Amino acid sequence: MIEPPASAHPAQAEPAPGGSAPSLAPSADAAPPVVAFRNVSIAFDGPPVLQDISFSVAPGETRILLGPAGVGKSVMLKLVNGLLRPDRGGILLFGQEITTMPEQQLFPLRTRTGMVFQEGALFDSLTVRDNVAYQLIQEGVPDDEIDRRVRDALRFVELEETFDFYPASLSGGMRRRVAIARALIHQPELILYDSPTGGLDPVTSTTIIELIVKERDVYRTPSLLVTHRLQDAFTLCTHRFDAEEGKMVPLPQGETDPDTTFLMLEEGRLIFDGSLRDLLHTPNKFVREFLE
Amino acid sequence: MAIAAIERTAKHMVLTVQDYSLFAHRAVMNLFRPPRYWTDFLIQSNIIGVGSTSIVLLSGFFTGGVLALQSAATLSEFGATAVTGRFVSITMIRELGPVLTGIMVAGRNASSMASELGSMVVTEQIDAMRALGVDPMRKLVTPRLFACISMLLFLTILADACGILGGGFVTVFMNHQNGTQYISQAWEHLRYPDIIQGLAKPLFSGFIIASIGCFYGMRTSGGTEGVGRSTIQAVVTSSVLIIFVDFLVTQVLLTLFPAP
Repeated sequence: MIEPPASAHPAQAEPAPGGSAPSLAPSADAAPPVVAFRNVSIAFDGPPVLQDISFSVAPGETRILLGPAGVGKSVMLKLVNGLLRPDRGGILLFGQEITTMPEQQLFPLRTRTGMVFQEGALFDSLTVRDNVAYQLIQEGVPDDEIDRRVRDALRFVELEETFDFYPASLSGGMRRRVAIARALIHQPELILYDSPTGGLDPVTSTTIIELIVKERDVYRTPSLLVTHRLQDAFTLCTHRFDAEEGKMVPLPQGETDPDTTFLMLEEGRLIFDGSLRDLLHTPNKFVREFLE
Repeated sequence: MAIAAIERTAKHMVLTVQDYSLFAHRAVMNLFRPPRYWTDFLIQSNIIGVGSTSIVLLSGFFTGGVLALQSAATLSEFGATAVTGRFVSITMIRELGPVLTGIMVAGRNASSMASELGSMVVTEQIDAMRALGVDPMRKLVTPRLFACISMLLFLTILADACGILGGGFVTVFMNHQNGTQYISQAWEHLRYPDIIQGLAKPLFSGFIIASIGCFYGMRTSGGTEGVGRSTIQAVVTSSVLIIFVDFLVTQVLLTLFPAP
């Protein structure tokens, strides 16, 4: 099954309300960050999409990247695992500088991450089983073990009955859940969620968020989640997964998950980096307008 | 203003040629480095080879038939209808078989490669593949390239055979000439340089079809409209290149193996 990493332990990034970037150099008692951006900028035949972005993701931490549509959130996510290359700045992934790393060396590094794409990005010509097992099939894992691990992963997202289905016969929400199963099956050390609830109805969105909370609280895998839906972001921060009841429950009034923190983008610049409490009390005008 | 537009277009063309050269180089070199996806090679060979057999057989047969009809009309003026078989076989094997097969396969497979890979690009499946640690160049492009080259060779041989058969059919049943004479003319005047010329061309055409189809597919942008654009570009570019490269190869091979 998908086992929690033994070494993972929560470590909260130091909040920096108002937009100052956190230091990338780890202190003596802190574990090194899983991801670290250092003054990253990128442009595509026009004005910069991202400018001078610096932040980090610590082990066990869930970072929620907020911002309106078209502000560069998905671009930032694709920079994390080298699907895009920055024009300037440096990116550390698992302690390795990936900015100038050749594509061939990036492939093994990417297998240590899981990524859930905006629309799921399932392979149309493959069954759910083959989609979820894609990485395992490439590695030559025996069929029996593949079947067992795929069923475990599908059980985690409560879609075991779709084992032999093709993606075309799944609903939008089911596709996202299969995509989550595909991202989790290889026991990643970092998960990247690109608008996992985008375009879904509220009930299905809550199901997806519950799965993300479950993943966060059961396996403690560090993650970076992109969304423009405040409700999803606040649900993630104010709920926990109750393993005994097998469902997501709210935290006591006034409490938030200490390992779930926020980043916010405005016109390609990082304008906020901190906790939910900092977010709610920030004087930044754009953030206040976004929250309202 | 006009000069700036010309400069921009010229730069874009040079950049495209550069990108294509690097793309094709990577696709070829991947064959010499693991991992190699032999299952995908066999799947693509089935799609390209078996899938294109019917159109290649039909187009070859009717091309041979038309050649026999047209040549018999002209040759009869010189009292030379007996050499129809020689005319049909040499024309089919040296020129029309390889070129027509290339263009038919380009229409079917360059378009399918461009649209399939283009759809994968716009739905982020290519990015998903990269994120899962698999190189799309190795997994998708290299198997298509080598499957297309090897299958086009066999499809051309089939088209040549069907063309000669079609020519024979017209000669015997429509022109009412001697079938044995047709076959002996078709066979006896063939030389090895004719065969070499006929079998060298599909290697180039196969490379052009797969590399151009995959190249335009992999650089698709602009959603479903972009997929349509890539498909058109792939078919047009590969068809024109097949004829252009055919001209160059013919020139080179005629220099190497001059006519007796």
